[in-house]
Amino acid sequence: MRRVRAAVTGVVTLSLAFTATACGGGEGSESAPKTLTYWASNQGASLEVDKKVLQPELDQFEKETGIKVKLEVIPWSDLLNRILTATTSGQGPDILNIGNTWSASLQSTGALLPWDAKNLEAIGGKDRFVDSALGSTGVPGQDPAAVPLYSMAYALYYNKQMFKDAGIAKPPTTWDEVTAAGKKLSKNGKSGIGVEGSNLSNNIHQVFVLGKQHGADFFTADGKPDFTSDGAVAAVKQYVDLMAVQKIVAPGNAEYAQNQSLSDFAKNKTGMVLWQTPSQTFSSQGMGPEEWGVAPAPVPSGKPGQGAQTNSMVAGINLAVFKNTKNLDGALKFVKYMTSDEEQIVLNKAYGSVPPVKSAQKDPGFAAPSLAVIRDTLATSAAALPQVPEESQFETVVGTAVKELFADAAAGRPVTTESVKAKLEKAQQQMPKK
Amino acid sequence: MTETAVAHPTEPAVRKATPGEARAPRRSGRRRIALPYLLLLPALLLELLVHLVPMLMGIAMSFKELTQFYIRNWGEAPWSGFDNYTVAIDFDAPVGQALLKSFLTTCLFTVLSVGLCWFLGTAAAIFLQENFKGRGFLRTLFLVPYALPVYAAVITWAFMFQRDNGLINHVLHDQLGIGDSPAFWLIGDNAFWTLLVVSVWKGWPFAFLTVMAGLQNIPRDMYEAAALDGAGVWKQIRHITLPSLRSVNQVLVLVLFLWTFNDFNTPFVLFGKAAPEAADLISLHIYQSSFQTWNFGTGSAMSVLLLLFLLVVTGVYLLLTSRGRKTSDV
Repeated sequence: MRRVRAAVTGVVTLSLAFTATACGGGEGSESAPKTLTYWASNQGASLEVDKKVLQPELDQFEKETGIKVKLEVIPWSDLLNRILTATTSGQGPDILNIGNTWSASLQSTGALLPWDAKNLEAIGGKDRFVDSALGSTGVPGQDPAAVPLYSMAYALYYNKQMFKDAGIAKPPTTWDEVTAAGKKLSKNGKSGIGVEGSNLSNNIHQVFVLGKQHGADFFTADGKPDFTSDGAVAAVKQYVDLMAVQKIVAPGNAEYAQNQSLSDFAKNKTGMVLWQTPSQTFSSQGMGPEEWGVAPAPVPSGKPGQGAQTNSMVAGINLAVFKNTKNLDGALKFVKYMTSDEEQIVLNKAYGSVPPVKSAQKDPGFAAPSLAVIRDTLATSAAALPQVPEESQFETVVGTAVKELFADAAAGRPVTTESVKAKLEKAQQQMPKK
Repeated sequence: MTETAVAHPTEPAVRKATPGEARAPRRSGRRRIALPYLLLLPALLLELLVHLVPMLMGIAMSFKELTQFYIRNWGEAPWSGFDNYTVAIDFDAPVGQALLKSFLTTCLFTVLSVGLCWFLGTAAAIFLQENFKGRGFLRTLFLVPYALPVYAAVITWAFMFQRDNGLINHVLHDQLGIGDSPAFWLIGDNAFWTLLVVSVWKGWPFAFLTVMAGLQNIPRDMYEAAALDGAGVWKQIRHITLPSLRSVNQVLVLVLFLWTFNDFNTPFVLFGKAAPEAADLISLHIYQSSFQTWNFGTGSAMSVLLLLFLLVVTGVYLLLTSRGRKTSDV
């Protein structure tokens, strides 16, 4: 009997201990005021590369302020879910990177610190930042939910040797020229241009720009989803038709989502790609900077500019502060440090992006032709994705619709205006009702 | 889990009383009655905490208008009555249509996957019943899919099924010359078959293991007697093996059914966040409705509907099989 009693006591104690551990998580929230937790998005070729780039800068910050920053680099595919979980549980980092297109969506959860005049003053004021980058920091008319950290834009990258072999003298500037060049390049198992058909965000970036060129925005002025307008349907169809009708995209691209189109480009299998700052990836795949050229992304006619001649979305990363941080002062210091001229130059050089801070952009390191194209695009002809709370859902549902249309095209099924419209209709119905 | 917890605590009740205990029969009798419940208590508490509380929260959420605006404090979200359910089962609108399609796909997928897992597992277990050289090696080999971490295994399959660089097309198209061009396995209609292959590969070793354990309980002399009466291998399987495995199979099929119907890992790792329409299993569909489009209320309503369906199916199944057992016992 004594043995049984001992066993019972043991089991009960064990279970209580178990329960206590299960409930007692979240030591992160108890962080001392002298530390900060920072979730960085994966920018470099790997998580390790990011740690190598960021750690010395964080050490420098600790030296200057005495505040230790605990770094965690999070892969893109997990980032939004991790932020959502942190929002629900209230147990997030103090500072985090967000994709700038999500700004309005995350702003609507109320989890991020609003950058009112006082907070902005603490980091040197709003005027330090380029206007186009500020356009992707939250719903217009509200205090920004984040501040810009790295800026990027789409450009057309072309394989010089393949262009030479196909007898193409200069990089295309309009969509007609892209098609013509693509047809010359698409032979002997090679193809004209690469796409990432199964990458939802990339699909959105491309059809958003084409939508602008067709005069469509995917959202009405008062923020309601408008996916089935003639312009939106034409934009999606034009993009999928690169594979379905023009045949300048290899069918295999329909299942690409891991930057395989960049490998194809580096292996001389694809002549062109529309991308944001791929130079690091090209060199890691063994392609030297002299082997590729860069030109502004194509427009319907003439030259890129405002309105219908928009040729890129404003891409980039923003830095946000979790509202329930226990170290607001330290967090503001950290944002000020990361957006200072010196850090902007160091970090944007390391990642091949352009600083969204005006004074840092003047550094001669960003005058190279490949970055000049991006800088000019951001200054003159890039548009921010709709800054509405439902933006992240839009990426999912319309991105999925485009993925399914590419799957149809790859299987040889016809992609018609009706089939495109039906997919977009279905996508629109999946959006949350207000 | 619960069954073993019930089985053991009852043991002391049938144990012969020691002389010391005989002196105070009433008190120890009460203790004996209390003991099993006491031993169950920790498991019950944990079950409550881990399963029941979230389940009740999920049910509450399904009656709320829960979008991104309220996820920080979902208690504040306005009540929406049955709106989420109406959206989920409105089969004329895209959300309902997609849910119904996903449900039917999952039903077909589950029937095929469970059937194949059971068949392969049973066949292999029977085959390995006889002692022969290499039996131990084969037994170990067959359990490899069960022992591997799901994520690592499925991601390897995803690589093999890639159209341009994958092993499957290399063998089927390049070496055996099947098809005019390499097929797509991870997008389009073929995705269903891809998912089935991976699911069966992953699931059948469990059936194999369970049936193998069940076979140990069949007395060898039954086979010997049958053989003496002139029954061949097939007759022995039909009249001895399968009927003797009845109770094992009841549990096995139920467990495989529940696991397969709810399988999230396999499609998620294989296809990512957006599964192709042909392979849009219901758990991934609900995940996408909740976490990708941030319709948490509708997603919860879908989960509750799924739970009800599984409860009904399980209930009917248990009722039918236990009735069958009673009549066969008579």
